[in-house]
Amino acid sequence: MFFAIFKREFVSFFATPVAYVFMLIFLSLAAVFTFYLGNFYERGQADLGPFFNYLPWLYLFLAPALAMKSWAEEIKSGSIELLMTLPVKVWQAVLAKFFAIWLVLGLALALTFPLWLTAGYLGEPDHPAILTSYLASWLLAGAYVAISCCMSACTQNQVIAFILSVVVCFIYLLIGSSIFTQGLQTLLPSVVLDTLSSMGFLNHFEALSKGVVAASDVTYFILVSTLWLLIAGAVLNNKKSA
Amino acid sequence: MIQIKNLTKRFGDFIAVDQLNLTINAGDIVGFLGPNGAGKSTTMKMITGFMSPSSGNIVINDKDIQADDISAKKVIGYLPEGAPAYADMTVIEFLNFIAEARGLKGKQKKTALARVCQQVELDKMLNKTIETLSKGYKRRVGLAQALIHDPQILILDEPTDGLDPNQKHQVRNLIKNLAKEKIVIISTHILEEVEAVCNRAVIIAKGKKVFDDNTQALRSLAQQNQTVKIEFEAGLPDISQLKLAPGVKTVNTLDNNTVEVTSDANYNGLFSQILDLVHLQGWQVNAMYLDSEPLDKVFRQLTEEAA
Repeated sequence: MFFAIFKREFVSFFATPVAYVFMLIFLSLAAVFTFYLGNFYERGQADLGPFFNYLPWLYLFLAPALAMKSWAEEIKSGSIELLMTLPVKVWQAVLAKFFAIWLVLGLALALTFPLWLTAGYLGEPDHPAILTSYLASWLLAGAYVAISCCMSACTQNQVIAFILSVVVCFIYLLIGSSIFTQGLQTLLPSVVLDTLSSMGFLNHFEALSKGVVAASDVTYFILVSTLWLLIAGAVLNNKKSA
Repeated sequence: MIQIKNLTKRFGDFIAVDQLNLTINAGDIVGFLGPNGAGKSTTMKMITGFMSPSSGNIVINDKDIQADDISAKKVIGYLPEGAPAYADMTVIEFLNFIAEARGLKGKQKKTALARVCQQVELDKMLNKTIETLSKGYKRRVGLAQALIHDPQILILDEPTDGLDPNQKHQVRNLIKNLAKEKIVIISTHILEEVEAVCNRAVIIAKGKKVFDDNTQALRSLAQQNQTVKIEFEAGLPDISQLKLAPGVKTVNTLDNNTVEVTSDANYNGLFSQILDLVHLQGWQVNAMYLDSEPLDKVFRQLTEEAA
């Protein structure tokens, strides 16, 4: 049952140009960020730092765009009634949709491999660090998708789902960013700031990108994703008794 | 078997379904009737496990669906109102998905797909995208997905709504030809449909059950209040005799040529009675017919009493 829904969701992205357009945009923007804004060549370093630094900001819009229709469209078209009367548990459906979208993002990420090849051609990059950066990026993408799926389950309007997702994801990004911590340094005690920034995405993402695979950072992303998927399941269950 | 006990559904202050009790056995083809907003769809949504009741319970094959909704969902085939589907899929992709989600595999799936496509005559449309189909075909796709696992219980919410008379006829035949040991529940507001396909009629109004019996009982209820219209060829003759005929309650003159005769509550031989009288009096009659909507009248009476 889980697999049938997962397959349908995944294939549906490729039935229309959605997935292709998405990948095209993702790859073009990734290239723009890496080479143009990130000064890939001028830095004189053979690593993918510029690419991975901009990735969280790129996902901020692309992950919600991909996930916004996941539940909102089902609710709007009434097909949710069909889905929920199949012999499927709510959590199975939630996970199936999540994994389908996460896999599409994973594919897009995997298609950036020429960047890795380029760095390898130009110098001697730290290959294990690049590998963990890719892992970190995919985990981060999962957290974005989980949040966006949850927002999509809250509304039948895809635009609202998109905007809510961007807002929530942006908050997660912001509280871990240096702009935020430096800006509020004088206003808030450092304990509060540290706690906040440890709840944000960026610290954990950067730690993983440096090639240090700490269980706590991996667990963090899995926990955030699980939490938002649980909320999505609760929201959908609640619709049943509303 | 479906047992519904004290089923109630509230939306805020509004009570959509109010203490409904119903037992449906194998072989019952139930016509579920009621005005719009009477709670038909809500009841169906609760039986299929899409909505949970505010109170009361639903037991399907001796299992409470609140405790075990998956077992219930496995034996139910459901056509939701308006036959929603994934519009961007082709018919065959969609049916394939439903078959897989219902746990059909390999050869079993293939046979099931072939069977439903033949049952609802979808063969020519298999590779068309669902959003490009006409209303009638969309409804058939909805029926096909409800039938694909050969369910023991079939719940159809307005299966013929928006179909043309030929399509309606087809759908009704399909339902009639389903295996005899199944339970079928059809919601509709077309009374003729209930007479044509069902063996039991349940009428609800304002969430409450107002009638529950076989379709013959519904028919005889209708015949208790017969009206016969007579169109005379040239002007009204002396109709005082009509008023004296047995069983006649009232005689109304509708226009220069037409009268309407209503019978007493429990008299059901009005038509032949009047026919005899017409012959006896030697009246020249253009047309003479039993009121064409007796069922509608019963429906109105039953559902307006509750209001």
